[in-house]
Amino acid sequence: MAKTFDLKDGSVVVIIGSGAGGGTLGNELAQKGINVVMLEAGRRYEYGEFINDEWESFDQLAWKDKRIASGEWQVAKDFPNLPAWIVKAVGGTSIHWAGASLRLQEHEFKTLSTYGKLDGANLLDWPITLAELEPYYAKAEDKMGVTRTNGIPGLPGNNNFKVMKAGADKLGYKECSTGRMAINSEPRDGRMACQQTGFCFQGCKWGAKWSTLYAEIPKGEATGHLEVRPQSMVLKINHDAGGKVTGVVYADKDGKLHEQKARIVAVAGNSIESPRLLLNSESSKFPDGLANSSGQVGRNYMRHTTGSVYAAFDKPVHMYRGTTMAGIIRDEARNDSSRGFVGGYEFETISLGIPFMAAFLKPGAWGRSFTSALDDYVNMAGLWIVGEDMAREENRITLHEEEKDEYGLPIADVFFDDHPNDTAMRNHAYKQGTALYEAVGAVRTFPTPPYPSTHNLGTNRMSEKPGDGVVNKHGQSHDIKNLFVSDGSQFTSGGAENPTLTIVSLAIRQADYIAKEMAAKNI
Amino acid sequence: MVTVNDGKPGLSRRELLKGGGIGALLVISGSAVISPEHAWGLETSALKPETVATLIQMARDIYPHDQLADKYYAIAVKAHDEKAGKDQAYKELVEKGVADLDAKAGGGGYINQSWEDQRVAVLEQIEATPFFQAVRGGLVVGLYNQKAVWPVFGYEGESYSKGGYIDRGFDDIEWL
Ligand SMILES: Cc1cc2nc3c(=O)[nH]c(=O)nc-3n(C[C@H](O)[C@H](O)[C@H](O)COP(=O)(O)OP(=O)(O)OC[C@H]3O[C@@H](n4cnc5c(N)ncnc54)[C@H](O)[C@@H]3O)c2cc1C
Ligand code: SF4
Repeated sequence: MAKTFDLKDGSVVVIIGSGAGGGTLGNELAQKGINVVMLEAGRRYEYGEFINDEWESFDQLAWKDKRIASGEWQVAKDFPNLPAWIVKAVGGTSIHWAGASLRLQEHEFKTLSTYGKLDGANLLDWPITLAELEPYYAKAEDKMGVTRTNGIPGLPGNNNFKVMKAGADKLGYKECSTGRMAINSEPRDGRMACQQTGFCFQGCKWGAKWSTLYAEIPKGEATGHLEVRPQSMVLKINHDAGGKVTGVVYADKDGKLHEQKARIVAVAGNSIESPRLLLNSESSKFPDGLANSSGQVGRNYMRHTTGSVYAAFDKPVHMYRGTTMAGIIRDEARNDSSRGFVGGYEFETISLGIPFMAAFLKPGAWGRSFTSALDDYVNMAGLWIVGEDMAREENRITLHEEEKDEYGLPIADVFFDDHPNDTAMRNHAYKQGTALYEAVGAVRTFPTPPYPSTHNLGTNRMSEKPGDGVVNKHGQSHDIKNLFVSDGSQFTSGGAENPTLTIVSLAIRQADYIAKEMAAKNI
Repeated sequence: MVTVNDGKPGLSRRELLKGGGIGALLVISGSAVISPEHAWGLETSALKPETVATLIQMARDIYPHDQLADKYYAIAVKAHDEKAGKDQAYKELVEKGVADLDAKAGGGGYINQSWEDQRVAVLEQIEATPFFQAVRGGLVVGLYNQKAVWPVFGYEGESYSKGGYIDRGFDDIEWL
């Protein structure tokens, strides 16, 4: 039995959320002997309980509490109540994720100085550099077992990868491989190797893919310093008259409210819930919400410039067999404004089963043009575009004026407009992706609009100056010393790379800082 | 209650002839829509059987897959009958929607427009209505999430119990 802590025990660190950020931070602190209570809104499943079925799995794992999508982005039209596709369960979205684990590039920590002031964007340099983060990237790669690092071999390429690779070669791309993946290519860390099952998005039933659910949290629990409370939805963070946070109020599975006292609170609810919680924690002392003296809480919401290209061939591919993200092309990830935009993008293979393909290939479409595409399903290959989008102040999470959740709290409104740079990048990527497949004989190509956001970033961003953002370079809020942000909402900019490796690296670094500051009695 | 029977509907030839013919393939008998040729029947409870028959045709016209039998479209639309049974306003939406579709189609109603093009032209006129969107939206999951249709598209579904694809063709492409 893992250790349990008393509600009145004000010496613990409370972590809100058990995903990539929170789950990692919890284990890291527990390893250092620091007592942690991790409150997680969702249930706890074990990996054997995951379901190889897209909709059933969505029903099991996805965050389905109502949200509103607004703004000009396509997702607001296609999925007005599902702006994001993320998980509500112990392990968070590290259950759904595909495992692509790439470091940000040096210039991506310095977008304002590299790209300059762009109209309609709110760019800012990170208060840390790649060099400062490198040792933590190395630790994260080792912890997560990222292929092509630490002497771990790459994964074998599946059919979808082979089509991508053939196209990449034809276009003259040089950096195409089966990628750096936090998926075991051989047994490691007590977990087995990938069996090429092909349901990475539904949770890996073999445990071959890293997730905080089984790769971090149990290790933390084994130390006797970590208690995880599933089905515990945090509604408010409390503070004292001096402005320090003192604990959190959460609802248990029966809707009963409890207060857990805390010495430190770390918010890691992903980039929609984290700012929502800070805003919902308003008080007479902090009328605009906690940690919000800058007014930046909820702003600068980023979701990566995305889209997919699927292509049909005259012969079978069976793209759904094997790892979902089976290959990555990095040639377009460079910053090269001669392409008509700043920043860059990655291509990564992707595949959906028939149920999700029907829902996501061209939302709202009907008739033969659409159905004949599905008729070609077996002959399809697919890739996903993931590129750097530009932070905009207007793109933000706000509290909805009328609609409330089951606890009576305002739900999140997720507003997003593409920046012209995002649109130019997406169009370039559609063109290149189409050319890639045509080069290997595609008979039809299908440029596919963005899915609900899987990468949600930036809404409590790091900044050197307190006026520009919400947290400092350790994820510590500028306004309240014992309040931290530990998830992707800290990102000052998004880079072209999938975010999780960076989220995990920041969490490892933050654990060192928290331990040091606690020992020095600064917090 | 709506039931979908896979067995023989057990109609005599006489009953078949008596029942109202719709399109070429489906037959109305009492409160059921029956496919004599493919031996299944769909009993309706809230919606008129003629309405359900039209919905089945509409479903095929919205998401036409020639390799899918009518049965799958029938299964996909039966949720509308269930919902109509619980929700009077919804029942009206569907019944009125179909009546409007028939009126717009003219001579013999929607189902008797014999070319898909003709029917699609009528659907295009109502594309923006809540009725059309309810039918189309319901099909996305109602049709494509039927496990029985996956093999028709060549999708193999669950693979964990078979040990994944590591020894079952994850990299078997030969034509590149
Ligand atoms: C389909 C898919 C594929 C992906 N593939 C990749 C990939 O290949 N590479 C990559 O780098 N990234 C990938 N991602 C993104 C990655 O999963 C996320 O970036 C990452 O998990 C975010 O970590 P987080 O800690 O910010 O939030 P999460 O992992 O989402 O964790 C947040 C947790 O907080 C809980 N929570 C929220 N609010 C509260 C509250 N008020 N009280 C209590 N608990 C709360 C939630 O239930 C959740 O469990 C993918 C995502 C998806 C959906
Ligand atoms: S393909 Fe590999 S990583 Fe993905 S779910 Fe299957 S075993 Fe896990």
